[in-house]
Amino acid sequence: VRTAIVLVALCAALVVQTTLSGMIMGSARGLDLVLIAIVYLALAYGPVTGMLAGTAGGLAQDALAGGIIGIGGLTNTLVGFLVGFLGAQFIVAQTLSRFLMFVAATFAHELLFEGLHALIEVRRFVPNYPSTAVQSGLNAVLGVTIFWVVEKGPTVLQNRRMRRASFGKRRF
Amino acid sequence: VLDIRQRAGTLFAFLMIAQVLLISAQVSTKSGSRVLSLVTFEVFSRVQRAAAAGVNGLRAVWGGYFALRGVRAENESLRRQLADLQVRMQQREALAGRADRLQQLLGLRDRATFPTLAAEVIAGSPNPGMRTITIDRGSADGVLADMAVIAPAGVIGRIIGPTARHAARVQLLVDRNAAAGAIVDRVHAGGMVLGTESETVLRMDLVSNLADVRPGDAVIASGVDGIFPKGYAVGTVERSERGSGLYRTITVRPAADFSSLEDVLVVLVPPRAATRDEAVK
Repeated sequence: VRTAIVLVALCAALVVQTTLSGMIMGSARGLDLVLIAIVYLALAYGPVTGMLAGTAGGLAQDALAGGIIGIGGLTNTLVGFLVGFLGAQFIVAQTLSRFLMFVAATFAHELLFEGLHALIEVRRFVPNYPSTAVQSGLNAVLGVTIFWVVEKGPTVLQNRRMRRASFGKRRF
Repeated sequence: VLDIRQRAGTLFAFLMIAQVLLISAQVSTKSGSRVLSLVTFEVFSRVQRAAAAGVNGLRAVWGGYFALRGVRAENESLRRQLADLQVRMQQREALAGRADRLQQLLGLRDRATFPTLAAEVIAGSPNPGMRTITIDRGSADGVLADMAVIAPAGVIGRIIGPTARHAARVQLLVDRNAAAGAIVDRVHAGGMVLGTESETVLRMDLVSNLADVRPGDAVIASGVDGIFPKGYAVGTVERSERGSGLYRTITVRPAADFSSLEDVLVVLVPPRAATRDEAVK
């Protein structure tokens, strides 16, 4: 079941990411849905799942984007493993701690990705900090929202249903 | 039975080493992992095509039935006509410029023209760090790696291989790894236009400090790279300063609007190797 969840999450992230960035090219750097999926899976299921999701998601991104295959894979594997490891060592069930994990993961991803590119292509290491800051904020907001929807969504819906049912009984 | 959760460290080390080796193999051979890339792209391009069709369908329904249906259809038609005319005008201008120069120098008439193929953008890059798009034309339509991709406004990018049967990847000119041979039209100063970290600005290198390049000058493709057709608009000089070395520091505003690409044209001319003679010309 976990494997299916990982695959579905990564495929959905890839499809939505490519469709969205095809429509709104300028805002393409605004979100990295694959990274969000990897961090989510790492926090939810631990370092091994995070690492494997990172490898699969990163390699798929590399293969589809047309660059050197392995750079995104390596970066996402490392990020997935580190997030999963930190998630297992510390309590990251709070919204703020999760938010910070998403922010840190986005910055780590950007630095590693740019660093590897600079190393391989023998060019200057110039991370785009303002753009990364925006991306990390957006990633964190969406990531935390997904956690909230998955964890609290069913309870909220059930409570609403019960409230409606009790309201109906009182009226009639 | 091997429980991978008990051997997380080993698995992590294995995955890291495997990917380092994968990267090293591509960097040393320059060939890339074509099979993995091709298979993934071939399979996923069908998903992208379906997703694009679904999204386009929804947009069409929304736009067609809930917005101004007649006006929208007319607007679409006029936009297509305008784009077509802009492309023709660019071709004419490019040809006229070339023909004028050749007629002046050699008294010859340039008869060169090139076939193009219209393509629709079906997806963007799955990686925010790479500026690529996927189009709905592939090897079945005669699209090959390194063919130029243009739009009515100017140069868009080039096909990067491998191509799927009905899809191909385009590296946009604003990608940080993209480059094109270009000249500043007014002073005929040659150089190279490169993508930068910014999505809206290009850098022009290798233009001599002696060249009188000014903001507002048009930058056009020089054709020396053997990919982009000569004379096509690349952009406009935004800033030009005397550099510390031999070359000027020039930034170029791209002619094409990369934030809203929907339809592009693939130049169906196989790329040829750039020659030193051509560069000198």
